Amino acid sequence: MTGFGVIAAATLRECTRRRVFGVIVVLTVLFLGLYSLGTATAFDHLGPPSPGDSNVDVTVLAGATLLGLAMFATLFLSTVVAVFLTFNVLRGDAEQGLLQPMVVRPPGRVVFLAARFAAAAAVAAGYAASVYAASAVITWLAGGWWPDQVLLPGLELAAAAVVVTAVSLAGSVYLSTVANGIAVLMLFGAGLVGGLLGQIGDAIHSDTLSSIGTITSWALPFDALYQAALHALTGETSGITGVIVHLGPLGGAQPAGPLLAPWVAGYIGVVMCLAGAAFVRRDL
Amino acid sequence: MPDAFAAEGLEKRYGRVLALDGVSLRVGEGELVGLLGPNGAGKSTLVKIGCGLVRPSGGRAEVFGAPAGSLPARRALGYLAELFRFPGWLRADEVMRLHQGLVGSEGGGAAERGSLLELVGLADVGDRKVDQMSKGMQQRLGIAQAMIGAPRFLVLDEPTSALDPAGRRTVRALLEELRGRGVSVLLNSHLLSEVELVCDRVVIITRGRVVAEGRPDELTHASGVEVETDAGGRRYDIGRDEVPDLVARLVADGERIYGVHVVRSTLEEAYLEAVEGAE
Repeated sequence: MTGFGVIAAATLRECTRRRVFGVIVVLTVLFLGLYSLGTATAFDHLGPPSPGDSNVDVTVLAGATLLGLAMFATLFLSTVVAVFLTFNVLRGDAEQGLLQPMVVRPPGRVVFLAARFAAAAAVAAGYAASVYAASAVITWLAGGWWPDQVLLPGLELAAAAVVVTAVSLAGSVYLSTVANGIAVLMLFGAGLVGGLLGQIGDAIHSDTLSSIGTITSWALPFDALYQAALHALTGETSGITGVIVHLGPLGGAQPAGPLLAPWVAGYIGVVMCLAGAAFVRRDL
Repeated sequence: MPDAFAAEGLEKRYGRVLALDGVSLRVGEGELVGLLGPNGAGKSTLVKIGCGLVRPSGGRAEVFGAPAGSLPARRALGYLAELFRFPGWLRADEVMRLHQGLVGSEGGGAAERGSLLELVGLADVGDRKVDQMSKGMQQRLGIAQAMIGAPRFLVLDEPTSALDPAGRRTVRALLEELRGRGVSVLLNSHLLSEVELVCDRVVIITRGRVVAEGRPDELTHASGVEVETDAGGRRYDIGRDEVPDLVARLVADGERIYGVHVVRSTLEEAYLEAVEGAE
């Protein structure tokens, strides 16, 4: 096995050994249990459609709303997982003396960083995709509704988790463990607030707020990915149901433009290159 | 054949603080060199530059002719940091396996792991998690880890600081065995007696400068003569050449002489002289 494989495998093994990951699994199961209860109750409350009902498909409205909420929770939880996997990887581990015995070995710092990123990104993305998939299945079991595009929202949430992983790992070059954890979670909040301001700007036709939303989406593309994932839930829904869904709970959702995927890939690449350049020069 | 480690005019500046001020040092192949100095002298900085963990502000450092921190240098190196930790969730054997993988010496496999753990007295606790090991056991594990892949140059930064006397003796025996195998060692230690016992050469640095260097017997010097008589031991501050005259005079005075020993200063005294002289 190469040095990259050895470090990545050790990182993955760490995920199965550390108690905090057991806690994450338990809390995730608890979240999915509550989500099951909530969706089952909501769909039971809807009852069967009657001939006198409006043209609104309440199953779509309820399913998209519930799964949209679950996706917000999924993004938040996968962000927490990504941060916990990476917030101490460089400076924090160096301060504890965990890093030095590893980086003096032949693979060196760049391979170490790349392997830690690959393993942490795989875990965070896998977590996001799994929780999304479980939420989608729960929604289908409770109400018989599937998103218009089933796979794409999961992939976009997973990509958002990878973006957070890269930002957190890069932050760990410069910041101590606690400072980095706080900084990344605040950046996550800033991204969501920026997206929200953009939605409000679009609604009230404020160029300033819309610009804030746009700039935030470029600077912190996990929010753009989240918006695109939300849009993919009901992107093909039309008629009155489509209008209501897009005006209501998923009103801020934006379709992914053609530049989003290459921008995200480039963003992750640039962030990791900057992290690598700083890490190579850092005194340990 | 290049030296195992060669530093030439090394400088390191942390902001306004000059940690190393033109340090030159060499560790020959198969040589065991002890690094001594007070706290803050720059010893750990020097060791870290040698391992590629810290970038020098000036000068050069090489390991077997390759720049410190480069891949050939890292391949030749085994390192025990002064302050180190292994992940608490790993078992001792897994720590060894992880580092075997990083060194690329999986070929040594379980036999290498077993023999190294046995060498440091941890053969029976290979399946114990790191966070269930005492500090001394973790330090022994660190020493075993540093020797994975049979490095040609071993850098040990305070390897016995957490060890009991038996553990220190084990490490001393280990160092002597390594020297027998031709491994070069740079030993940074505060334990002067330990350095005096095992090192071929000693380098004393203070305030980022080398202030004394040589074999332990070169650094120490004769500091008098002790004569055993009926009245007990008496010390005379004279040189070795004056001993016959002294003995003759004492015998002429009717004293019975049971032994005469030339007293040498200890490495501790030589160290204090060198450090205080540089202050």
